[in-house]
Amino acid sequence: MSIPAYNFAYLDEQTKRMIRRAILKAVAIPGYQVPFASREMPMPYGWGTGGVQVTASILGPQDVLKVIDQGSDDTTNAVSIRQFFAKTAGVRTTTATTEATVIQTRHRIPETPLQDHQVLVFQVPIPEPLRFLEPRETETRRMHAIADYGLMHVKLYEDIACHGHIATTYAYPVKVDGRYVMDPSPTPKFDNPKMNDCAALQLFGAGREKRIYAIPPYTRVVSLDFEDHPFERYRHDASCALCGASDSFLDEVVTDDRGGRMFVCSDTDYCEGRRSAAPTTAEAAHA
Amino acid sequence: MYVAVKGGQRAIENAHALLADARRGDRSVPEISLDQIAEQLALAVDRVMSEGSLYDRELAALAVKQARGDLIEAIFLVRAFRTTTPRFGASEPVDTGEMLIRRRISATFKDLPGGQVLGPTFDYTHRLLDPALARDSEVPRPKLGSATETRCPRVTDLLAADGLIETSPTADPDASVGDLTRDPLSFPADRDLRLQNLARGDEGFLLALGYSTQRGYGRNHPFAGEIRFGEVEVEFCAPELGFAVPLGTIEVTECQMINQFAGTATEAPRFTRGYGLVFGQSERKAMSMALVDRALRARELGEEVKAPAQDEEFVLSHSDNIQATGFVEHLKLPHYVDFQAELGLVRKLRDDFFAKAQAAPELREAAE
Repeated sequence: MSIPAYNFAYLDEQTKRMIRRAILKAVAIPGYQVPFASREMPMPYGWGTGGVQVTASILGPQDVLKVIDQGSDDTTNAVSIRQFFAKTAGVRTTTATTEATVIQTRHRIPETPLQDHQVLVFQVPIPEPLRFLEPRETETRRMHAIADYGLMHVKLYEDIACHGHIATTYAYPVKVDGRYVMDPSPTPKFDNPKMNDCAALQLFGAGREKRIYAIPPYTRVVSLDFEDHPFERYRHDASCALCGASDSFLDEVVTDDRGGRMFVCSDTDYCEGRRSAAPTTAEAAHA
Repeated sequence: MYVAVKGGQRAIENAHALLADARRGDRSVPEISLDQIAEQLALAVDRVMSEGSLYDRELAALAVKQARGDLIEAIFLVRAFRTTTPRFGASEPVDTGEMLIRRRISATFKDLPGGQVLGPTFDYTHRLLDPALARDSEVPRPKLGSATETRCPRVTDLLAADGLIETSPTADPDASVGDLTRDPLSFPADRDLRLQNLARGDEGFLLALGYSTQRGYGRNHPFAGEIRFGEVEVEFCAPELGFAVPLGTIEVTECQMINQFAGTATEAPRFTRGYGLVFGQSERKAMSMALVDRALRARELGEEVKAPAQDEEFVLSHSDNIQATGFVEHLKLPHYVDFQAELGLVRKLRDDFFAKAQAAPELREAAE
């Protein structure tokens, strides 16, 4: 029987080079979906195989890795992916946003602003922002090629006509560097403004769909909207019950079966940072 | 008071321990061995090798054991190992005409050179549960004849000699072989990649699609020209040697479907082919694959594409059970954040709705 032996960060070096070439192309054409020969990973498709391949390809022995899911380091899939890299790459891991050099995420962008030495890696289920308007890849690639985004604008307009506002709350489409319409992955639209002019490199990996795309640092990212219906960031009517933050994305927690609810920060590191800094001032947590 | 959800790591470790325990089951029952799986659950092992795209009975048996008999999970294990193995190159095309035949049947000719060989098959068994198998049973050795020297030419080759069926495309030895595990699939896809996709594709998915063509969704009038199962030799041409050397033998099932084709203004009517090839013995999969392969040739043969089985993007994008099971089951992962955003939206929509409903009576009064 052939006994398996694995390379640093699981993937073999040829595969990493292939993925790095795709990443370079993605950085050169912001928002464009680069096809790549996605590998079969030891975790299921749809559970972060794209993000894991991107992370595996950019990770060096000196890197410090943070993995979050739903904003939290402690959700089971985040724990599982962090353990995977701790085991296969032996890199240092952290839960502190400021300490990490590579952050792999599912569904959130950390509240703490990212720095220019950091890379944010998104796990992407469906990279094609036009997919639910047009199921055919041959069609959507043509639409991107000639920047034919009328269908998307019609969809957003129909939302306004039916509901009075745009009824998309997550995976809210953005236009990158004035050219490609891009799916930000299913992050809530609350996080969209953080992608604009971000100091960190943002990489997006979709394993099952075999696509990589990128937003280079300090790139203009605009959420699609209309002059008379400008993009609105989602606002909670509450503040965090643990740290008191009123500027972060909140998870709703059901506390009993009599309608009891409380709201807490989805970004657990941000919340913990604010609580430990609480004796001084609330502003200190933002530093 | 709410306590932040912690302890994901310990929960995972405990779940793994429980899984290992459940896999082993009652300790008073002897543990199943890889030999037993490879020998007595051979068709499960065949399926795992086929859809796992790796011809290794021992690893496939290990995967079946580790996966507790869940074959898609076993295929997943094999795939995740296969993906890390280096590629030395592509073998020479196997010659199924030279197959050591264990079974060979044709539904198009009553008799033909080499004859009809039923071999080990469930066909013509009565599906009655056999109580004798509930305990250890002595199975008498079957009577064996001696092999004849007669070659078993492929039925399609016999028809091709008369020009009644399209010729098989001949391999261009200098052209590289497509590999969708090394290059992302793009559309339209060539037939080599389509066949690779189907060979790895889920048996149940292909069965349903093949069945749908028989029920009128992309009908292509198939005849099972020939189904053969047996051993073929795999040869590899190493550049250092300059000639092909045998690597060993593998068991495969091949199905050649013969399908109607009315011809066009420039082409005489003749039969066309649908092709299926899988590791081990799986006629259901090989036949389904051949039906779907033929359906997917609609564009090439100038037929109207109107059924799911003829739709290349639909079929090739959804045939892989590892991709499918991963994405379906990822719904188990937390979606708190997106759900929260949706909750906010539904609440807002409901507020709008009730506000409008309340305003409505006044509007009615004003109108009166």
